[in-house]
Amino acid sequence: MGLREIENLSGSGVLTTRLDAVLRWGRRNSLWPLPYGTACCAIEFMAVVASPFDLSRFGAEVVRFSPRQSDLLIVSGTIVHKQAVILRRIYAQMAEPKWVIAMGACASAGAFYDNYCTLQGIDHVIPVDIYIPGCPPRPEAVLHAVTELQRRIDAGVPPRSQRTEGSA
Amino acid sequence: MFRVEPSGLRDVLRSLRDEHGFDLLLDVTAVDRLELPDSKPRFDVVYILRPSVGSERVRVQCRPPDEDLALETVSDLWKSANWAEREVYDQYGVRFRNHPNLKRILNHKDFVGHPLRKDYDIKKQQWLSEPDDLMDEMRKLRGGAEEEESESVLLNIGPSHPAMHGALRALVDLEGETVRHTVPEIGYLHRGFEKSAEKGTYTHVIPFTDRLNYCSSVMNNIGYCRTIEKMLGIEPTARAQTIRVVLLELGRIMDHLVCVAANLVDVGALTNYWYLFNERERIYDVIEALCGARLTHCYVRIGGLAHDLHAGFEEGVEGILRELPKALGDVERLVARNRIFLDRVVGVGAISAEEAISHGFTGPCLRACGVPNDLRKDEPYYGYDGYDWNVIVGTRGDAYDRIWVRMEEMRESMRIVAQAMKKMPGGPVNVDDKRVSLPPKTEVYGNIEALMNHFMIIMEGIKPPAGECYGSIEAANGELGFFVVSDGTGKPYKVKVRPPCFYVFSAFPRLTEGGMIQDMIATLGSLNIIAGELDR
Ligand code: SF4
Repeated sequence: MGLREIENLSGSGVLTTRLDAVLRWGRRNSLWPLPYGTACCAIEFMAVVASPFDLSRFGAEVVRFSPRQSDLLIVSGTIVHKQAVILRRIYAQMAEPKWVIAMGACASAGAFYDNYCTLQGIDHVIPVDIYIPGCPPRPEAVLHAVTELQRRIDAGVPPRSQRTEGSA
Repeated sequence: MFRVEPSGLRDVLRSLRDEHGFDLLLDVTAVDRLELPDSKPRFDVVYILRPSVGSERVRVQCRPPDEDLALETVSDLWKSANWAEREVYDQYGVRFRNHPNLKRILNHKDFVGHPLRKDYDIKKQQWLSEPDDLMDEMRKLRGGAEEEESESVLLNIGPSHPAMHGALRALVDLEGETVRHTVPEIGYLHRGFEKSAEKGTYTHVIPFTDRLNYCSSVMNNIGYCRTIEKMLGIEPTARAQTIRVVLLELGRIMDHLVCVAANLVDVGALTNYWYLFNERERIYDVIEALCGARLTHCYVRIGGLAHDLHAGFEEGVEGILRELPKALGDVERLVARNRIFLDRVVGVGAISAEEAISHGFTGPCLRACGVPNDLRKDEPYYGYDGYDWNVIVGTRGDAYDRIWVRMEEMRESMRIVAQAMKKMPGGPVNVDDKRVSLPPKTEVYGNIEALMNHFMIIMEGIKPPAGECYGSIEAANGELGFFVVSDGTGKPYKVKVRPPCFYVFSAFPRLTEGGMIQDMIATLGSLNIIAGELDR
């Protein structure tokens, strides 16, 4: 939907569904990510933000380090038990609607750190919307995850945080 | 190697330091001898020393009696021993008498047991319910006069904070904007490298090393493989050595690029990040064409390399050497005489050479204090003495010097790369040694001997002779060492990393106390603390 159509919306009598669409349009194009970088994947996330790949082309370059200001948590890196408590707390501080991307094998499943200190995937502590495979994933894969998330927002798929177990 | 009795330990170490010039305590670790012959007493504590300038190294080993499992601390002789001993306590359960703060360092506060003991199951996970509030340490620093200090404010920074570079945390006591006390906490990326390394073959460890200092993965590959080659008495071929030199220096450049770029962002000079990261991408492109990965290279093998250079490598490197000076020049023009930048970094986070040595500094952070400590000169390997280049040193040991040492080192690295590319010898990249190198495929399919050889290396692994070995290289952050214990089988019995930034970060309270809170951020960036290497 373009701006012109939104302007024409006023007085059109179908406000509830339309407003929803406006909201979705707005949300899709202004995701504010909180980069929760802990390890190697975070270095690749830096590359995603830098000029050659340029996340801003998708309207998601306004990285916010405050959970209160962001709606997309990108966990890039290994989460160990010492860190997991903090991650859960940060996630809880974000306002709804909120989405989570697990970037890389570690965040998704613990990768080859199958040992005494590493959490075997962040979905043990927070719900995840999109998993990106790779160790580390290429920047293109991260861009793909972001556009995929945008597609879902557009289609009205509720974030994982709002779905109860089993409804996925 | 010296073996000493617990009672004589302090005297021996002190005399090594004062009378023999071994002023740098590189690392302290322990070996759990449970599965080795001669397992009584069970633990062997290892101290690795080196003069701050010079190549000799000495290892002092001491076995605490099994009954009380304790040694005297040496943290009053070297500041670096403070964290090192805490780690030994955390991982092995050996205690150090009179240590000022003997608590866990890598594992969390609720952890029970000692994970690097041989009888600790690698998969036994333990959850943490609440992070440590660190108040026990803070109270000690405040001297107990908590109530009266109405002026002071406690501020927790990290581990999820943009300026803490990922996985570091510090609790600071502030008076206005002045930092009175700093309590750092690490271990937020302790992902069990050393325990995992004991589970596979020697070759399986290589991808794990990629993820130590992931800003310059290939340097860790080389540091590790070089140590194993040392155990086996293998010298890589001339071509492999020269390729390794090129990769080491490209790795150093990549590392310094990230460090300087992030540091400049921290002090508000964002534009430089775009300039410098573009150059990093250029190097990524070349490395990716070489080994298929941008960040985690895994290109080096024990006895050589995964394969030879690709066609086009030379042009790629030429492109880097052509473009990088422009980016460095741009950055220099933006910041070198920029008043805001200078105010933020000159004189900030300064440390004297003497203190830095006591803390176990090596690499750019020590060179910034004016000490020409560089293994490439002190103990030349891979023909580093045959290249024309300089060791860059600073004078004040502050954040400015640390940034500038790195800027200049990138230029020196470019000189080395250019010379190495020019003299690049021909020949194979892997040694012709049945113990480590896979035979060529044509042979494997053609005769039984080669087939057997291939099978043995893959199934049982490379087998260094039983014994202990410490090997190190000059990595981007300083001396990256590996202390490896072999029991003669194809699996390492123990792999201990000597992470350069662990010791640098141990000086963080010293570098920040008395300064302004904003200086803390500029200081941290200039130290280049990489969590993967710090916590392993
Ligand atoms: S997935 Fe791989 S690259 Fe990413 S944090 Fe884990 S080990 Fe590092």
